[in-house]
Amino acid sequence: MKIVVLVKQVPDTAADKRLDPDTLTVDRAAVDGLINEMDEFAIEEALQLVEKHGGEVTVVSMGPEDATEAYKKALQMGADKAVFLTDPALAGSDALATSYALAQVLGTLEYDLVVLGCEASDARTSIVPALLAERLGLPQLTFASKVEVDGSSIKINRQTDYGHDVVEASLPAVVSVVEKINEPRYPSFKGIMAAKKKPVESLDAAAVSIEPAKVGAAGSWSKVLDAAVAPPRAKGVIVTDEGSGGVELADFLASKKFV
Amino acid sequence: MAEILVLVDHADGAVKKVTLELLTKARELGTPAAVFIGAGYDDAKDKLAEYGAAKVYVADDPQLSGYVVAPKAELLAKLVADAQPAAVLVPATAEGKEIAARLAVKTGSGILTDAVDLKLDGDAFVAEQSIFGGSSIVHSTVTTGIPIVALRPNSTPPAPEQAAAERVDVSVELSDAAKLAKVVDRVVVPKGDRPELTEAAIVVSGGRGVGSAESFSVIESLADQLGAAVGASRAAVDSGWYPHQSQVGQTGKTVSPQLYIAAGISGAIQHRAGMQTSKTIVAVNKDPEAPIFELVDFGVVGDLFKVVPQLTEEIAKRK
Repeated sequence: MKIVVLVKQVPDTAADKRLDPDTLTVDRAAVDGLINEMDEFAIEEALQLVEKHGGEVTVVSMGPEDATEAYKKALQMGADKAVFLTDPALAGSDALATSYALAQVLGTLEYDLVVLGCEASDARTSIVPALLAERLGLPQLTFASKVEVDGSSIKINRQTDYGHDVVEASLPAVVSVVEKINEPRYPSFKGIMAAKKKPVESLDAAAVSIEPAKVGAAGSWSKVLDAAVAPPRAKGVIVTDEGSGGVELADFLASKKFV
Repeated sequence: MAEILVLVDHADGAVKKVTLELLTKARELGTPAAVFIGAGYDDAKDKLAEYGAAKVYVADDPQLSGYVVAPKAELLAKLVADAQPAAVLVPATAEGKEIAARLAVKTGSGILTDAVDLKLDGDAFVAEQSIFGGSSIVHSTVTTGIPIVALRPNSTPPAPEQAAAERVDVSVELSDAAKLAKVVDRVVVPKGDRPELTEAAIVVSGGRGVGSAESFSVIESLADQLGAAVGASRAAVDSGWYPHQSQVGQTGKTVSPQLYIAAGISGAIQHRAGMQTSKTIVAVNKDPEAPIFELVDFGVVGDLFKVVPQLTEEIAKRK
Protein backbone atom coordinates (compact mmCIF):
# COMPACT_ATOMS: atom_id res chain seq x y z
CA MET A 1 0.00 0.00 0.00
CA LYS A 2 1.06 3.55 -0.68
CA ILE A 3 1.01 5.84 2.32
CA VAL A 4 1.58 9.57 2.43
CA VAL A 5 2.54 11.04 5.80
CA LEU A 6 2.20 14.78 6.25
CA VAL A 7 4.71 16.34 8.62
CA LYS A 8 5.34 19.85 9.82
CA GLN A 9 8.38 21.62 11.16
CA VAL A 10 7.50 23.60 14.29
CA PRO A 11 9.37 25.87 16.69
CA ASP A 12 10.84 23.98 19.63
CA THR A 13 8.17 23.82 22.34
CA ALA A 14 10.75 24.47 25.02
CA ALA A 15 11.72 27.75 23.37
CA ASP A 16 10.08 31.06 24.03
CA LYS A 17 7.71 31.39 21.07
CA ARG A 18 6.14 34.62 19.95
CA LEU A 19 4.58 36.23 16.93
CA ASP A 20 6.68 38.59 14.89
CA PRO A 21 5.07 41.99 15.57
CA ASP A 22 5.43 43.03 11.91
CA THR A 23 4.32 39.93 10.03
CA LEU A 24 2.03 38.55 12.78
CA THR A 25 3.32 35.08 11.96
CA VAL A 26 5.43 32.77 14.12
CA ASP A 27 8.88 34.22 14.59
CA ARG A 28 10.66 31.13 13.28
CA ALA A 29 14.06 32.76 13.03
CA ALA A 30 14.17 33.23 16.80
CA VAL A 31 13.89 29.56 17.73
CA ASP A 32 15.10 26.16 16.56
CA GLY A 33 12.82 24.23 14.28
CA LEU A 34 12.18 20.53 14.64
CA ILE A 35 9.62 17.96 13.61
CA ASN A 36 6.24 18.30 15.28
CA GLU A 37 6.38 15.59 17.92
CA MET A 38 2.96 14.16 17.10
CA ASP A 39 4.07 13.59 13.51
CA GLU A 40 6.56 10.99 14.68
CA PHE A 41 3.61 8.82 15.74
CA ALA A 42 2.13 9.24 12.24
CA ILE A 43 5.41 8.18 10.61
CA GLU A 44 5.74 5.21 12.95
CA GLU A 45 2.19 4.06 12.21
CA ALA A 46 2.80 4.32 8.46
CA LEU A 47 6.07 2.39 8.72
CA GLN A 48 4.40 -0.35 10.74
CA LEU A 49 1.54 -0.63 8.23
CA VAL A 50 4.01 -0.93 5.35
CA GLU A 51 6.09 -3.48 7.25
CA LYS A 52 2.92 -5.54 7.63
CA HIS A 53 1.23 -5.02 4.27
CA GLY A 54 4.09 -3.99 1.98
CA GLY A 55 4.27 -0.74 0.04
CA GLU A 56 6.02 2.56 0.49
CA VAL A 57 5.87 5.70 2.59
CA THR A 58 6.13 9.16 1.05
CA VAL A 59 6.54 12.04 3.42
CA VAL A 60 5.10 15.43 2.44
CA SER A 61 5.98 18.67 4.16
CA MET A 62 5.22 22.32 3.54
CA GLY A 63 7.12 25.26 4.93
CA PRO A 64 9.81 27.89 4.42
CA GLU A 65 12.83 26.90 2.35
CA ASP A 66 14.95 26.04 5.37
CA ALA A 67 12.25 24.00 7.16
CA THR A 68 13.81 20.70 6.18
CA GLU A 69 14.13 19.08 9.61
CA ALA A 70 10.72 17.43 9.67
CA TYR A 71 10.93 15.48 6.42
CA LYS A 72 14.57 14.61 7.05
CA LYS A 73 13.61 13.04 10.36
CA ALA A 74 10.89 11.05 8.59
CA LEU A 75 13.39 9.78 6.02
CA GLN A 76 15.79 8.83 8.80
CA MET A 77 13.06 6.88 10.56
CA GLY A 78 12.43 4.95 7.35
CA ALA A 79 10.16 6.82 4.95
CA ASP A 80 11.15 6.14 1.33
CA LYS A 81 11.02 9.58 -0.22
CA ALA A 82 10.01 13.15 0.46
CA VAL A 83 8.04 15.86 -1.29
CA PHE A 84 8.68 19.38 0.00
CA LEU A 85 6.31 22.19 -0.94
CA THR A 86 8.02 25.50 -0.42
CA ASP A 87 7.13 28.85 -1.89
CA PRO A 88 7.27 32.37 -0.43
CA ALA A 89 3.69 32.78 -1.66
CA LEU A 90 2.57 30.27 0.99
CA ALA A 91 3.88 32.25 3.96
CA GLY A 92 1.17 33.28 6.40
CA SER A 93 -1.38 30.71 5.18
CA ASP A 94 -3.98 29.86 7.82
CA ALA A 95 -5.25 26.32 8.40
CA LEU A 96 -7.82 26.54 5.59
CA ALA A 97 -5.29 27.83 3.06
CA THR A 98 -2.72 25.29 4.22
CA SER A 99 -5.19 22.47 3.72
CA TYR A 100 -5.88 23.72 0.20
CA ALA A 101 -2.15 23.76 -0.63
CA LEU A 102 -1.62 20.27 0.85
CA ALA A 103 -4.65 18.94 -1.02
CA GLN A 104 -3.10 20.23 -4.25
CA VAL A 105 0.10 18.29 -3.51
CA LEU A 106 -1.89 15.16 -2.67
CA GLY A 107 -3.69 15.57 -5.98
CA THR A 108 -0.42 14.85 -7.77
CA LEU A 109 0.38 11.70 -5.74
CA GLU A 110 -0.94 8.16 -5.67
CA TYR A 111 -1.90 6.86 -2.26
CA ASP A 112 -4.13 4.52 -0.30
CA LEU A 113 -3.78 6.33 2.97
CA VAL A 114 -2.89 9.81 4.19
CA VAL A 115 -1.61 9.85 7.79
CA LEU A 116 -1.07 12.89 10.01
CA GLY A 117 -0.44 13.64 13.65
CA CYS A 118 -3.66 14.85 15.30
CA GLU A 119 -2.22 18.22 16.31
CA ALA A 120 0.75 20.49 15.68
CA SER A 121 2.40 21.86 18.78
CA ASP A 122 2.55 25.45 17.49
CA ALA A 123 -0.99 26.41 16.47
CA ARG A 124 -2.74 23.38 18.02
CA THR A 125 -5.88 23.74 15.92
CA SER A 126 -6.18 19.99 15.15
CA ILE A 127 -8.33 20.76 12.11
CA VAL A 128 -6.08 20.12 9.12
CA PRO A 129 -6.91 16.37 8.94
CA ALA A 130 -10.66 17.14 8.86
CA LEU A 131 -10.10 19.90 6.32
CA LEU A 132 -8.18 17.52 4.06
CA ALA A 133 -10.86 14.83 4.32
CA GLU A 134 -13.45 17.41 3.33
CA ARG A 135 -11.42 18.79 0.44
CA LEU A 136 -10.38 15.39 -0.91
CA GLY A 137 -13.80 13.78 -0.40
CA LEU A 138 -12.20 10.96 1.61
CA PRO A 139 -13.27 9.21 4.83
CA GLN A 140 -12.23 11.14 7.91
CA LEU A 141 -10.63 8.77 10.41
CA THR A 142 -9.24 11.20 12.94
CA PHE A 143 -7.88 10.90 16.49
CA ALA A 144 -7.05 7.25 15.90
CA SER A 145 -5.62 5.31 18.83
CA LYS A 146 -5.59 2.08 16.80
CA VAL A 147 -5.49 1.44 13.04
CA GLU A 148 -6.17 -1.85 11.25
CA VAL A 149 -6.07 -2.30 7.49
CA ASP A 150 -7.59 -5.34 5.83
CA GLY A 151 -7.43 -5.35 2.04
CA SER A 152 -9.24 -2.24 0.92
CA SER A 153 -10.98 -1.59 4.22
CA ILE A 154 -9.74 0.17 7.31
CA LYS A 155 -10.94 0.22 10.90
CA ILE A 156 -9.82 2.61 13.62
CA ASN A 157 -10.57 3.44 17.23
CA ARG A 158 -11.42 7.13 17.33
CA GLN A 159 -10.52 8.51 20.74
CA THR A 160 -13.27 10.61 22.32
CA ASP A 161 -13.96 12.22 25.67
CA TYR A 162 -16.20 9.34 26.64
CA GLY A 163 -13.95 6.52 25.44
CA HIS A 164 -13.75 5.65 21.78
CA ASP A 165 -15.77 5.04 18.65
CA VAL A 166 -14.94 2.17 16.34
CA VAL A 167 -15.04 3.56 12.80
CA GLU A 168 -14.90 1.72 9.49
CA ALA A 169 -14.24 2.99 5.99
CA SER A 170 -12.82 2.04 2.61
CA LEU A 171 -9.43 3.13 1.33
CA PRO A 172 -8.23 5.66 0.41
CA ALA A 173 -8.75 7.55 3.65
CA VAL A 174 -7.33 10.30 5.83
CA VAL A 175 -6.13 9.17 9.25
CA SER A 176 -4.86 11.30 12.12
CA VAL A 177 -3.23 9.57 15.06
CA VAL A 178 -3.02 10.34 18.77
CA GLU A 179 0.24 9.94 20.62
CA LYS A 180 -0.67 6.79 22.54
CA ILE A 181 -0.99 4.77 19.33
CA ASN A 182 2.59 3.52 19.20
CA GLU A 183 6.16 4.08 20.31
CA PRO A 184 8.03 5.97 17.57
CA ARG A 185 11.39 4.45 16.69
CA TYR A 186 14.65 6.32 16.93
CA PRO A 187 16.51 6.61 13.64
CA SER A 188 19.38 4.14 13.53
CA PHE A 189 22.84 5.17 12.35
CA LYS A 190 22.14 3.19 9.20
CA GLY A 191 18.84 5.00 8.80
CA ILE A 192 20.50 8.36 9.16
CA MET A 193 23.10 7.52 6.52
CA ALA A 194 20.51 6.00 4.15
CA ALA A 195 18.30 9.09 4.46
CA LYS A 196 20.94 11.23 2.79
CA LYS A 197 20.49 9.26 -0.43
CA LYS A 198 16.71 9.17 -0.47
CA PRO A 199 14.90 11.21 -3.13
CA VAL A 200 13.58 14.62 -2.11
CA GLU A 201 11.41 16.50 -4.58
CA SER A 202 11.05 20.22 -3.95
CA LEU A 203 7.97 21.82 -5.45
CA ASP A 204 6.83 25.40 -5.69
CA ALA A 205 3.18 26.45 -5.68
CA ALA A 206 2.91 26.51 -9.48
CA ALA A 207 4.15 22.92 -9.75
CA VAL A 208 0.98 21.68 -8.06
CA SER A 209 -1.31 24.29 -9.66
CA ILE A 210 -1.90 26.26 -6.48
CA GLU A 211 -3.79 29.45 -7.25
CA PRO A 212 -1.78 32.25 -5.64
CA ALA A 213 -4.97 34.09 -4.63
CA LYS A 214 -5.96 31.19 -2.35
CA VAL A 215 -2.82 31.00 -0.20
CA GLY A 216 -0.57 33.12 1.94
CA ALA A 217 -1.72 35.74 4.40
CA ALA A 218 -3.66 37.55 1.66
CA GLY A 219 -5.38 34.38 0.42
CA SER A 220 -6.41 33.22 3.89
CA TRP A 221 -9.99 33.72 5.04
CA SER A 222 -8.94 34.74 8.51
CA LYS A 223 -6.56 37.42 9.61
CA VAL A 224 -4.55 38.14 12.74
CA LEU A 225 -5.14 41.76 13.73
CA ASP A 226 -2.66 42.14 16.55
CA ALA A 227 -0.49 40.10 18.88
CA ALA A 228 0.95 40.82 22.28
CA VAL A 229 2.86 38.95 24.92
CA ALA A 230 0.48 38.10 27.75
CA PRO A 231 1.12 40.03 30.96
CA PRO A 232 3.08 37.90 33.43
CA ARG A 233 1.15 36.43 36.34
CA ALA A 234 1.54 38.27 39.61
CA LYS A 235 4.13 36.68 41.83
CA GLY A 236 2.50 34.28 44.25
CA VAL A 237 3.14 33.30 47.83
CA ILE A 238 5.35 30.26 48.35
CA VAL A 239 5.59 28.57 51.73
CA THR A 240 7.63 25.60 52.87
CA ASP A 241 5.67 22.88 54.60
CA GLU A 242 6.67 22.56 58.22
CA GLY A 243 3.74 20.45 59.24
CA SER A 244 0.88 22.81 58.45
CA GLY A 245 1.28 23.34 54.67
CA GLY A 246 -2.10 21.78 53.98
CA VAL A 247 -3.81 24.05 56.50
CA GLU A 248 -2.10 27.12 55.05
CA LEU A 249 -3.25 26.06 51.60
CA ALA A 250 -6.80 25.65 52.92
CA ASP A 251 -6.57 29.17 54.38
CA PHE A 252 -5.55 30.51 50.98
CA LEU A 253 -8.38 28.67 49.21
CA ALA A 254 -10.82 29.96 51.82
CA SER A 255 -9.59 33.52 51.25
CA LYS A 256 -10.44 33.02 47.55
CA LYS A 257 -13.85 31.55 48.48
CA PHE A 258 -13.07 28.10 47.05
CA VAL A 259 -13.69 26.52 50.43
CA MET B 1 -30.84 41.24 15.14
CA ALA B 2 -29.14 38.63 13.06
CA GLU B 3 -29.14 35.02 14.14
CA ILE B 4 -26.08 33.51 15.75
CA LEU B 5 -26.09 29.75 15.28
CA VAL B 6 -24.89 27.86 18.35
CA LEU B 7 -24.04 24.17 17.97
CA VAL B 8 -25.33 22.38 21.08
CA ASP B 9 -22.87 20.03 22.78
CA HIS B 10 -24.80 17.37 24.65
CA ALA B 11 -24.87 13.69 25.57
CA ASP B 12 -28.31 12.29 24.69
CA GLY B 13 -29.96 15.54 25.72
CA ALA B 14 -27.80 16.32 28.77
CA VAL B 15 -26.57 19.77 27.73
CA LYS B 16 -22.88 20.48 28.39
CA LYS B 17 -21.96 23.64 30.25
CA VAL B 18 -20.02 24.98 27.27
CA THR B 19 -23.30 25.22 25.37
CA LEU B 20 -24.70 27.58 28.03
CA GLU B 21 -21.52 29.64 27.74
CA LEU B 22 -21.90 29.82 23.96
CA LEU B 23 -25.55 30.89 24.26
CA THR B 24 -24.58 33.56 26.79
CA LYS B 25 -21.89 34.85 24.43
CA ALA B 26 -24.24 34.68 21.43
CA ARG B 27 -26.73 36.98 23.21
CA GLU B 28 -24.10 39.73 23.19
CA LEU B 29 -23.65 39.34 19.44
CA GLY B 30 -27.15 38.79 18.07
CA THR B 31 -30.10 36.47 18.50
CA PRO B 32 -29.03 32.98 19.59
CA ALA B 33 -30.45 30.09 17.57
CA ALA B 34 -29.35 26.73 18.95
CA VAL B 35 -28.74 23.75 16.69
CA PHE B 36 -29.55 20.48 18.39
CA ILE B 37 -28.37 17.36 16.57
CA GLY B 38 -29.18 13.87 17.83
CA ALA B 39 -31.54 12.26 20.32
CA GLY B 40 -32.85 13.63 23.60
CA TYR B 41 -34.15 17.08 22.68
CA ASP B 42 -36.96 16.90 25.24
CA ASP B 43 -34.36 16.72 28.00
CA ALA B 44 -32.44 19.67 26.58
CA LYS B 45 -35.12 22.18 25.64
CA ASP B 46 -35.65 23.77 29.08
CA LYS B 47 -31.94 24.46 29.52
CA LEU B 48 -31.64 25.94 26.05
CA ALA B 49 -34.64 28.21 26.68
CA GLU B 50 -33.29 29.21 30.10
CA TYR B 51 -30.02 30.40 28.56
CA GLY B 52 -31.57 32.42 25.80
CA ALA B 53 -32.09 30.30 22.70
CA ALA B 54 -34.77 32.20 20.78
CA LYS B 55 -35.04 29.34 18.36
CA VAL B 56 -33.81 25.76 18.32
CA TYR B 57 -33.19 23.93 15.08
CA VAL B 58 -33.72 20.27 15.89
CA ALA B 59 -32.27 17.51 13.73
CA ASP B 60 -32.87 14.08 15.26
CA ASP B 61 -32.17 11.84 12.27
CA PRO B 62 -29.95 9.09 13.77
CA GLN B 63 -27.90 9.03 10.57
CA LEU B 64 -26.42 12.39 11.56
CA SER B 65 -24.53 10.73 14.41
CA GLY B 66 -23.81 7.48 12.62
CA TYR B 67 -20.76 8.77 10.75
CA VAL B 68 -17.72 10.79 11.79
CA VAL B 69 -18.40 14.55 11.84
CA ALA B 70 -19.24 15.06 8.15
CA PRO B 71 -23.06 14.73 8.41
CA LYS B 72 -23.22 17.38 11.12
CA ALA B 73 -21.19 19.74 8.97
CA GLU B 74 -23.57 19.09 6.08
CA LEU B 75 -26.60 19.88 8.21
CA LEU B 76 -25.00 23.09 9.48
CA ALA B 77 -24.06 24.09 5.92
CA LYS B 78 -27.70 23.77 4.91
CA LEU B 79 -28.79 25.85 7.90
CA VAL B 80 -26.20 28.50 7.11
CA ALA B 81 -27.49 28.70 3.55
CA ASP B 82 -31.14 28.88 4.64
CA ALA B 83 -30.90 31.07 7.75
CA GLN B 84 -28.00 33.32 6.71
CA PRO B 85 -26.72 33.75 10.28
CA ALA B 86 -24.24 36.44 11.24
CA ALA B 87 -21.90 33.85 12.74
CA VAL B 88 -21.69 30.21 13.81
CA LEU B 89 -20.39 29.32 17.27
CA VAL B 90 -19.20 25.83 18.16
CA PRO B 91 -17.46 24.52 21.28
CA ALA B 92 -13.70 24.24 20.83
CA THR B 93 -13.73 20.52 21.48
CA ALA B 94 -12.05 18.03 19.17
CA GLU B 95 -15.33 17.25 17.41
CA GLY B 96 -16.62 20.83 17.51
CA LYS B 97 -13.53 22.09 15.75
CA GLU B 98 -13.68 19.34 13.13
CA ILE B 99 -17.32 20.13 12.36
CA ALA B 100 -16.40 23.81 12.12
CA ALA B 101 -13.50 23.03 9.81
CA ARG B 102 -15.61 21.10 7.34
CA LEU B 103 -18.36 23.70 7.55
CA ALA B 104 -15.81 26.38 6.67
CA VAL B 105 -14.82 24.59 3.46
CA LYS B 106 -18.47 23.92 2.54
CA THR B 107 -19.59 27.50 3.07
CA GLY B 108 -16.45 29.28 1.87
CA SER B 109 -16.01 30.87 5.28
CA GLY B 110 -13.08 31.68 7.51
CA ILE B 111 -12.65 29.88 10.82
CA LEU B 112 -11.19 30.95 14.14
CA THR B 113 -10.38 28.18 16.62
CA ASP B 114 -9.79 28.17 20.36
CA ALA B 115 -11.18 31.65 20.94
CA VAL B 116 -11.35 32.74 24.58
CA ASP B 117 -13.52 35.74 23.74
CA LEU B 118 -15.53 37.09 20.84
CA LYS B 119 -16.69 40.65 20.32
CA LEU B 120 -18.33 42.75 17.66
CA ASP B 121 -16.24 45.63 16.37
CA GLY B 122 -18.60 47.45 14.02
CA ASP B 123 -19.86 44.52 12.00
CA ALA B 124 -16.65 42.50 12.29
CA PHE B 125 -16.40 39.61 14.72
CA VAL B 126 -13.09 39.81 16.55
CA ALA B 127 -11.89 36.77 18.47
CA GLU B 128 -9.31 36.76 21.19
CA GLN B 129 -7.04 33.75 21.22
CA SER B 130 -4.56 32.73 23.83
CA ILE B 131 -1.67 31.04 22.03
CA PHE B 132 1.64 29.36 22.78
CA GLY B 133 0.24 28.00 26.01
CA GLY B 134 -1.10 31.35 27.12
CA SER B 135 2.13 33.28 26.65
CA SER B 136 0.76 35.42 23.79
CA ILE B 137 -2.64 36.93 23.12
CA VAL B 138 -3.83 37.62 19.58
CA HIS B 139 -6.93 39.15 18.07
CA SER B 140 -8.18 37.71 14.80
CA THR B 141 -11.06 38.16 12.45
CA VAL B 142 -12.62 36.39 9.52
CA THR B 143 -12.28 38.13 6.17
CA THR B 144 -14.41 35.87 3.97
CA GLY B 145 -17.84 34.33 4.39
CA ILE B 146 -19.75 33.84 7.64
CA PRO B 147 -17.45 33.76 10.68
CA ILE B 148 -17.18 30.29 12.19
CA VAL B 149 -15.77 30.50 15.69
CA ALA B 150 -14.80 27.71 18.07
CA LEU B 151 -14.93 29.00 21.65
CA ARG B 152 -13.02 27.34 24.45
CA PRO B 153 -14.96 25.93 27.39
CA ASN B 154 -14.79 28.11 30.53
CA SER B 155 -14.31 31.31 28.51
CA THR B 156 -17.67 32.95 29.26
CA PRO B 157 -19.48 32.71 32.62
CA PRO B 158 -22.89 31.27 31.71
CA ALA B 159 -25.80 33.53 32.70
CA PRO B 160 -29.47 32.60 32.27
CA GLU B 161 -31.95 34.75 30.34
CA GLN B 162 -35.22 33.09 29.43
CA ALA B 163 -36.17 32.89 25.77
CA ALA B 164 -38.79 31.08 23.73
CA ALA B 165 -36.69 28.25 22.28
CA GLU B 166 -39.12 27.94 19.39
CA ARG B 167 -38.63 24.50 17.87
CA VAL B 168 -37.87 24.31 14.16
CA ASP B 169 -37.35 20.80 12.80
CA VAL B 170 -34.68 20.53 10.16
CA SER B 171 -33.22 17.73 8.11
CA VAL B 172 -30.77 17.23 5.32
CA GLU B 173 -30.44 14.68 2.55
CA LEU B 174 -26.96 13.39 3.32
CA SER B 175 -24.54 13.10 0.44
CA ASP B 176 -22.55 9.91 -0.11
CA ALA B 177 -19.42 11.85 0.87
CA ALA B 178 -20.86 12.41 4.33
CA LYS B 179 -21.27 8.68 4.89
CA LEU B 180 -17.73 7.48 4.25
CA ALA B 181 -16.58 6.94 7.85
CA LYS B 182 -19.17 4.79 9.61
CA VAL B 183 -19.31 4.52 13.38
CA VAL B 184 -19.85 0.80 14.00
CA ASP B 185 -19.44 0.74 17.77
CA ARG B 186 -19.28 3.20 20.65
CA VAL B 187 -17.26 2.29 23.72
CA VAL B 188 -18.04 4.39 26.78
CA VAL B 189 -15.61 4.28 29.67
CA PRO B 190 -17.49 4.86 32.93
CA LYS B 191 -16.11 8.00 34.52
CA GLY B 192 -18.16 8.28 37.68
CA ASP B 193 -19.67 11.48 39.00
CA ARG B 194 -16.74 13.85 38.58
CA PRO B 195 -17.21 16.83 36.27
CA GLU B 196 -15.71 16.79 32.81
CA LEU B 197 -12.12 17.99 32.74
CA THR B 198 -12.49 20.89 30.32
CA GLU B 199 -15.73 22.11 31.91
CA ALA B 200 -14.84 21.81 35.59
CA ALA B 201 -14.60 24.93 37.76
CA ILE B 202 -11.83 23.23 39.75
CA VAL B 203 -9.22 20.78 38.47
CA VAL B 204 -6.86 18.80 40.69
CA SER B 205 -3.97 17.27 38.74
CA GLY B 206 -1.28 14.82 39.71
CA GLY B 207 2.10 14.31 38.09
CA ARG B 208 5.28 12.31 38.33
CA GLY B 209 5.47 13.00 42.07
CA VAL B 210 2.34 10.92 42.66
CA GLY B 211 4.47 7.87 41.91
CA SER B 212 1.88 5.20 41.10
CA ALA B 213 -1.63 4.53 39.88
CA GLU B 214 -2.76 3.56 43.39
CA SER B 215 -1.45 6.81 44.87
CA PHE B 216 -3.74 8.82 42.59
CA SER B 217 -6.39 8.14 45.24
CA VAL B 218 -4.78 11.02 47.17
CA ILE B 219 -5.51 13.33 44.21
CA GLU B 220 -9.00 11.90 43.75
CA SER B 221 -9.92 12.39 47.41
CA LEU B 222 -9.03 16.07 47.25
CA ALA B 223 -10.88 16.42 43.94
CA ASP B 224 -14.01 14.84 45.39
CA GLN B 225 -13.87 17.05 48.46
CA LEU B 226 -13.85 20.09 46.13
CA GLY B 227 -16.24 18.71 43.50
CA ALA B 228 -13.36 18.93 41.06
CA ALA B 229 -12.24 17.06 37.97
CA VAL B 230 -9.02 15.03 38.08
CA GLY B 231 -6.24 15.77 35.63
CA ALA B 232 -2.82 14.26 35.09
CA SER B 233 0.47 15.38 33.62
CA ARG B 234 1.93 13.66 30.62
CA ALA B 235 4.52 11.94 32.83
CA ALA B 236 1.75 10.37 34.90
CA VAL B 237 -0.23 9.32 31.81
CA ASP B 238 2.83 7.93 30.02
CA SER B 239 3.59 5.90 33.14
CA GLY B 240 0.12 4.38 32.87
CA TRP B 241 -1.10 5.79 36.20
CA TYR B 242 -4.05 7.69 34.74
CA PRO B 243 -5.99 7.54 31.44
CA HIS B 244 -5.02 9.69 28.48
CA GLN B 245 -8.42 11.39 28.48
CA SER B 246 -7.28 13.11 31.68
CA GLN B 247 -4.01 14.45 30.32
CA VAL B 248 -3.57 18.20 30.70
CA GLY B 249 -1.11 20.01 28.47
CA GLN B 250 0.21 19.89 24.97
CA THR B 251 -1.05 16.73 23.23
CA GLY B 252 -3.72 16.58 25.93
CA LYS B 253 -6.51 18.85 27.10
CA THR B 254 -6.37 22.59 27.57
CA VAL B 255 -8.18 23.63 30.73
CA SER B 256 -9.01 27.03 32.09
CA PRO B 257 -10.77 26.47 35.42
CA GLN B 258 -11.33 28.95 38.24
CA LEU B 259 -8.88 26.95 40.33
CA TYR B 260 -6.11 24.61 39.22
CA ILE B 261 -4.27 22.53 41.81
CA ALA B 262 -1.06 20.86 40.64
CA ALA B 263 0.35 18.18 42.92
CA GLY B 264 3.70 16.58 42.15
CA ILE B 265 3.88 18.35 38.79
CA SER B 266 7.11 20.14 37.96
CA GLY B 267 5.43 22.39 35.38
CA ALA B 268 7.31 21.63 32.18
CA ILE B 269 6.31 23.86 29.27
CA GLN B 270 4.27 20.99 27.79
CA HIS B 271 2.10 20.98 30.90
CA ARG B 272 1.90 24.73 31.24
CA ALA B 273 0.56 24.95 27.69
CA GLY B 274 -2.60 23.25 28.92
CA MET B 275 -3.32 25.10 32.16
CA GLN B 276 -1.59 28.46 32.15
CA THR B 277 -4.82 30.40 31.62
CA SER B 278 -6.42 29.01 34.79
CA LYS B 279 -7.72 31.84 36.97
CA THR B 280 -6.08 30.76 40.25
CA ILE B 281 -3.20 28.29 40.33
CA VAL B 282 -1.81 26.51 43.38
CA ALA B 283 0.87 23.84 43.53
CA VAL B 284 2.40 21.37 45.92
CA ASN B 285 5.85 20.12 45.00
CA LYS B 286 8.84 18.98 46.97
CA ASP B 287 11.29 20.74 44.63
CA PRO B 288 11.44 24.47 45.43
CA GLU B 289 13.00 25.06 42.00
CA ALA B 290 10.09 23.46 40.10
CA PRO B 291 8.97 25.81 37.30
CA ILE B 292 5.34 25.38 38.33
CA PHE B 293 6.06 27.78 41.22
CA GLU B 294 6.63 30.58 38.68
CA LEU B 295 2.93 30.37 37.82
CA VAL B 296 1.30 29.92 41.19
CA ASP B 297 -0.78 32.24 43.28
CA PHE B 298 0.03 30.02 46.24
CA GLY B 299 2.61 27.25 46.43
CA VAL B 300 3.65 24.79 49.08
CA VAL B 301 7.11 23.29 48.97
CA GLY B 302 6.65 19.94 50.59
CA ASP B 303 5.68 16.28 50.33
CA LEU B 304 2.35 16.01 48.53
CA PHE B 305 1.51 12.89 50.55
CA LYS B 306 1.55 15.02 53.70
CA VAL B 307 0.21 18.32 52.35
CA VAL B 308 -2.62 17.07 50.12
CA PRO B 309 -4.31 14.76 52.68
CA GLN B 310 -4.04 17.52 55.28
CA LEU B 311 -5.66 19.93 52.83
CA THR B 312 -8.42 17.43 52.06
CA GLU B 313 -9.12 16.91 55.74
CA GLU B 314 -9.05 20.64 56.45
CA ILE B 315 -11.56 21.37 53.69
CA ALA B 316 -13.85 18.64 55.04
CA LYS B 317 -13.63 20.21 58.50
CA ARG B 318 -14.54 23.66 57.22
CA LYS B 319 -17.57 22.57 55.21
